[in-house]
Amino acid sequence: MSSAMITPAGGAREALEHEEKKSLEAREFGFWIYLMTDAVLFALLFATYAVLAGNFADGPTSKELFDLGHVAGETALLLLSSLTFGFATLAMGEDRAGRVIQWLALTLVLGVCFLAMEMVEFYGMIEKGAGPDVSGFLSAFFALVGTHGLHVAFGAIGICVMIGQVMVKGLTLPVRSRLIRLGLFWHFLDIVWIGIFSVVYLPGVM
Amino acid sequence: MIETHPMHGLRLAGQAVKAFAAVIAVMLLQGCSMSEAPILFPKGPVGQAQLDLLLTAFWLMMIVAIPAIVLTLFFAFRYRSGQDTSAYDPDWGGSWKIETVVWLVPAAIIVVLGTLVWTSTHKLDPYKSLASDETAFKVQAIALDWKWLFLYPELGTASVNELAFPQDRPLSVEITSDTVMNSFMIPALGGQIYAMAGMRTELNLIADEPGVFAGRNTMFSGDGFPDQHFKAHAMTSDDFEVWKTKVGGASAALDAKTYLDLRKQSVANPVAYYSAYEPELFDLLLRKYAPITGPLESEAAELICRGGA
Amino acid sequence: MLGRLTIDAIPLYSWVAMGGAAVTVGGGLAVFLLITYLRAWKMLWRDWLTSVDHKKIGIMYVVLALVMLVRGFIDALMMRAQQAISLNNEGYLPPEHFEQIFSSHGTIMIFFVAMPFLTGLINIIVPQQIGARDVAFPFLNSVSLWMTAAGAALVLISLAVGKFSTAGWTGYPPYSGVEYSPGVGVDYWIWALLVSGIGSTLSGINFIVTIVKNRCPGMHLMRMPMFTWTTLCISILMAFAFPALTVVAAQLALDRTLGFHFFTNEAGGNMMMFANLLWIWGHPEVYILILPAFGIFSEVVATFSRKRLFGYESLVYATACIAILSFTVWLHHFFTMGSSANVNAVFGIATMIIAVPTGVKIFDWLFTMYRGRIEFHPSMVYTIGFMVTFVIGGVTGVLLALPPADYLMHNSTFLVAHFHNMLIPGALFGYFAGLNYWFPKAFGFKLDAKWGIRSFWFWMVGFYLAFMPLYALGFMGMSRRMEHYADPSWQPFLIVAALGAVCVLCGIICIGIQLYVSIKTWGSSADVTGDPWNGRTLEWATSSPPAPYNFAVLPEVRDIDAFHEMKLRGTAYTPPDRYEDIVMPKSTGLGPILGGLAFVLGFSMVWYIWWLAALCFVLSLVCVGIRACDDDTDFVMPAAEVEKIERARLARITPSNMHDMRPFVPKGAASGLPMPGGAA
Repeated sequence: MSSAMITPAGGAREALEHEEKKSLEAREFGFWIYLMTDAVLFALLFATYAVLAGNFADGPTSKELFDLGHVAGETALLLLSSLTFGFATLAMGEDRAGRVIQWLALTLVLGVCFLAMEMVEFYGMIEKGAGPDVSGFLSAFFALVGTHGLHVAFGAIGICVMIGQVMVKGLTLPVRSRLIRLGLFWHFLDIVWIGIFSVVYLPGVM
Repeated sequence: MIETHPMHGLRLAGQAVKAFAAVIAVMLLQGCSMSEAPILFPKGPVGQAQLDLLLTAFWLMMIVAIPAIVLTLFFAFRYRSGQDTSAYDPDWGGSWKIETVVWLVPAAIIVVLGTLVWTSTHKLDPYKSLASDETAFKVQAIALDWKWLFLYPELGTASVNELAFPQDRPLSVEITSDTVMNSFMIPALGGQIYAMAGMRTELNLIADEPGVFAGRNTMFSGDGFPDQHFKAHAMTSDDFEVWKTKVGGASAALDAKTYLDLRKQSVANPVAYYSAYEPELFDLLLRKYAPITGPLESEAAELICRGGA
Repeated sequence: MLGRLTIDAIPLYSWVAMGGAAVTVGGGLAVFLLITYLRAWKMLWRDWLTSVDHKKIGIMYVVLALVMLVRGFIDALMMRAQQAISLNNEGYLPPEHFEQIFSSHGTIMIFFVAMPFLTGLINIIVPQQIGARDVAFPFLNSVSLWMTAAGAALVLISLAVGKFSTAGWTGYPPYSGVEYSPGVGVDYWIWALLVSGIGSTLSGINFIVTIVKNRCPGMHLMRMPMFTWTTLCISILMAFAFPALTVVAAQLALDRTLGFHFFTNEAGGNMMMFANLLWIWGHPEVYILILPAFGIFSEVVATFSRKRLFGYESLVYATACIAILSFTVWLHHFFTMGSSANVNAVFGIATMIIAVPTGVKIFDWLFTMYRGRIEFHPSMVYTIGFMVTFVIGGVTGVLLALPPADYLMHNSTFLVAHFHNMLIPGALFGYFAGLNYWFPKAFGFKLDAKWGIRSFWFWMVGFYLAFMPLYALGFMGMSRRMEHYADPSWQPFLIVAALGAVCVLCGIICIGIQLYVSIKTWGSSADVTGDPWNGRTLEWATSSPPAPYNFAVLPEVRDIDAFHEMKLRGTAYTPPDRYEDIVMPKSTGLGPILGGLAFVLGFSMVWYIWWLAALCFVLSLVCVGIRACDDDTDFVMPAAEVEKIERARLARITPSNMHDMRPFVPKGAASGLPMPGGAA
């Protein structure tokens, strides 16, 4: 087989490009399915939270803990970051690599700010004696919101990698495909956050 | 000679193995008796109704199962290759008539069975109190590692690994656990239900006649699990009076401290009787694991709910 | 530095456990030395471990499954031996050891025998059945394999370092919680599940995309072979059910490691939620195991009845029905939890509905045999054995679906007998049929049929001997998982069951002999054409073993039995006008590296070696990042080389070793087929 490892030329390059295109299409489809499996994962974490939401045990209740103002700030950051990622995608459509990098960087900043605010929230709760080991409610809360945060963190790492790729490689076909997939991921996390806002925080303070 | 010896030895060994196998087979067949199977020969109407349901469903399914098995073997024989007298139809891949039958007949059976499921599940709901002239005899069963504690609210007494009740009254068991998940079952009287900490389940049973039945935890719960069984005594009213006096006269009482000792893990506990038990013990145990806990009113309550150490 | 890992982790507490550890370590060492002795490390690494070829990955999956089958079966044999003698005594296994054995038996058989076995067969065959050159994501495929292997390795190493879970393969809390199971056992179980579960989720995604996107021209959905259909259905189940396992195992891990309260008794945990989440994965899992076997039976029964599969559409719809319904029945695993009668009844009825499509399948296979010319190849014999035995399991399953009857039989040996009755004939016999059927495709020579048949009879008789007594014992009130018992009337049944296990042991030995004999005589049983059984579907169109690219030219499909139709038309072995360059995925070491990292990560999480866990996690991210930046993952196999391989292959195929297709031509019908004997 090793004799076949020759540098592609002419027809071979064509075959490679054709195969690449096909493979990128498959990747996008596969990524949608991955997102659906992730949605199942979040759905079950939501279900867990719904079951345990009232189990405060000896710990504080959601009313005592949630600060809607803080959450509104997190929400604003995340929604805005989705918007900026959208602009990055638009800039990609116009083949403006520099713009793409700028928008991605802005998205990254917003995402990191969101994570920082979430860390502040978690830290404050644990300080107040409301860590995940206090009650079923808090376990479910930290697991759900924490899993989302973890996803955002992975997304942020992904943005870093993609900024690097756009810088080094420019907007090649595979880079575009990866950017689109990362965008899907980022918007998906936005939707999950809206779920968290309306299932966890809003009813929690009502 | 050299050739035949090992062969001879082999043959002898083969014969010995055969003889041994035959002896074992006879012994096992004699030993395999199911006349004592509590589920096939229930001693109460609940178990009987559950068994009847099981048998009805079994025979109903035979309408499909027997043809399937017989036809498989018959077709495999009839259409074996090498005999070219039977019909051969290599391109025959479908028939609406057969398809309709194989979809509709099982579907019809499932409609019948489904109806049976609906009615029987409601009729045999373990929570449902049983119709009887007598009021139910209430018992509270608490699963511990690895024994059963029974409280008799009517008598104010308690027993470990022995359940006694008057045979002429329905038995209503409230069940919870002060340890891992258990499952309470007296096979001869009927089905089981889980015992879970912080939760209350219920089982309503009735015995046809006086007798001693085996009961146990059926849900694996740890090292002492194999020995976590008890005897359930359905007694005539006279016998029950005697038993009541015996337990009422027991020297030990199950106060909070004694309960904490009893709660510790132990294997194959002997039967024990208590002339009294901590009031509201069962409800306290439910509160111990309640999802929202508040302040407790008494020292005993504190001990049971929080002082397990 | 090493968390809670100390010298006490070596199982010095019992000679049986030490023996197990010695066999595991010794076995690993022996394999290591053998490979070193053969100087095969480089070849192994280059051609196999780093390969992303779906056929090689499939073979590695099946090897993993067979090795783990031996381990899981030794557990079974030990349990049967223990219960046969432990009337009113402790037998030879202390409770704690017996508990580890029943827990590892279930875990291994489900996750590390059945799952890799079916994934392996799917890997080898499905791309060929749909006329594809590889799966959609070859690298991901390699990651899946190595994640599964890492999970298996975690279970194996628990024998030598520490202990395995005692909480059963379902690991119900609160017993599996840290309060009642403080050791490392449950953690091993959790991390084995988490790691291999990721592999399964990725496999599911991979095969959905492969089947949806990579089909060759003409391969409509309704022309896909049944095995491919069942694979599509279970891939969807895998992708959507395995996240539930990930969630439930991760939550239990959080409970145990960081003191969360998902499933604890105290502080507002809810153990019933565990049962729900576990079985939301667990019930689809049952069909993930069984449906591919149904697919194999469908292929085998048509091929060896020399007849078109009866009721193809019916089978497709039945498969889809089963897949959808499998998500709606999970509660039947705990009718006795005390749910309301309405809830229990609804789930009972939903469960029974599954019996309808399953029954239809049995009858469709039956009518495939009708008016056929049945050849008793081992895979066909397994199929017939399955059909007879599976019906019994189906009947007992419907009995258990009646909630009031389930109150009687739940947690009893009747239940144990039932699910073995489904999984041994329903899943394992199918995989064995697939092994006998597709072995020549993977290796280029046939398996010895005589030893295959012997193995079947031992398995069949062994199965009945081992599990019919357990049905009876269920009626006699025996619970599952009892280390000893006090009822003397149970013992004769348990002795018979132990004899059954010995019988199955002979069956496994026969498989070993079958492999040995076949390898020894492989020259005489070589498969020259790539079509040893006169097969009907596209996988038989490739050579045996197939070229790396499977198909030099993508075939064009005109019928459900695509290859059969090509042979009838006489176009099966015609060379194309010209060959083209073929793009192939490059091998990569990242798959085994990620698997290794996952193993060390799991191991360090089990033993609380936090720094190592963090390190592995970061390194895994780096590996993924490297791959995410790699644009050079394919290479081109030039047309000339393809032509050379194909010419050599076609030169070996002469009319004398092609199958006689005349019996298949309808007599007297105006078929218009250009075959001798066909009426024109």
